[in-house]
Amino acid sequence: MNIVIEITINGDPHKIAKGQNLDMLLQDLNLDPAKVAVERNLEIVSKTTYQDVIIMADDRLEIVHFIGGGK
Amino acid sequence: MTEQKQEKFNIAGKDFTSRLIVGTGKYKDFEETARAVEASGAEIVTVATRRVNIMNPDQPMLVDYLDPKKYTYLPNTAGCFTADDAIRTLRLAREGGGWNLVKLEVLGDQKTLYPNMIETLHAAEVLIKEGFDVMVYCSDDPIMAKRLEDLGCCAIMPLGAPIGSGLGIQNPVQIRLIIEQANVPVLVDAGVGTASDAAEAMELGCDGVLMNTAIAEAQDPIAMAYAMRLAVEAGRAAYFAGRMPKKLYADPSSPLAGLI
Repeated sequence: MNIVIEITINGDPHKIAKGQNLDMLLQDLNLDPAKVAVERNLEIVSKTTYQDVIIMADDRLEIVHFIGGGK
Repeated sequence: MTEQKQEKFNIAGKDFTSRLIVGTGKYKDFEETARAVEASGAEIVTVATRRVNIMNPDQPMLVDYLDPKKYTYLPNTAGCFTADDAIRTLRLAREGGGWNLVKLEVLGDQKTLYPNMIETLHAAEVLIKEGFDVMVYCSDDPIMAKRLEDLGCCAIMPLGAPIGSGLGIQNPVQIRLIIEQANVPVLVDAGVGTASDAAEAMELGCDGVLMNTAIAEAQDPIAMAYAMRLAVEAGRAAYFAGRMPKKLYADPSSPLAGLI
């Protein structure tokens, strides 16, 4: 049975299946974990722990990468 | 001359050859960005940290065009107006890239993009405690520059004119005072419009120059990137050569003795 939870990614609401870890979520989003960084509820998530971090209802995620930028 | 060319530029314990740091924003596409960076000879490039567009994860990424193994990525906090935002951004950048060297800038005003030094000092203190190597964008106030150095910033980067204005070095007196007192590299960050501005900064004794718009918004960015490379090298060489004193009247270059 799939329970759906609601979370916020980069400011937008998203529905995902309960019990997913961060690594699975990034794969579902087609994002290369090596090229992004993730903040969860204002805390940096270490890349080495993506598989251990279970996404919970109401989590607020920021997923960022490097883009061209000067100042 | 060759000795000076080999003189290294050391930031936070790492040696670089090029004294030109370039931004990677405002270019037509990543292709042009990569070519301009190549032409500039820069070894350090500034990058911004932004939200991934999760609706379109396959769009091209900067890292596919500028190899982070070849270039030192310098994540910045452009667009941050509070210490907290800047600190969050750089923590993410460090996790994303795995490097400690960052560029801190906390802006105070949309119109002037002038740095907010109170927030900048606060952010620098926190970041340095967390082990970051902080290159800091700052006002041209020598007292603030000294305070940032005392906090442990690894490079002091005063503006020469407002960000993106291309007005050139408006404050040579302040820049020189900051250089004189500093024990860490001083770079002019913001204000350069063309090659002579970069040369002027270097002739003042700056250790380097950071720029983006002057290259990206030139008619031919690749050609301007190359011009900037030469200007920074020429300005550095002239600084070491030591310019002649300025005189109020003419002084002939040919001997007067033996004149017919």
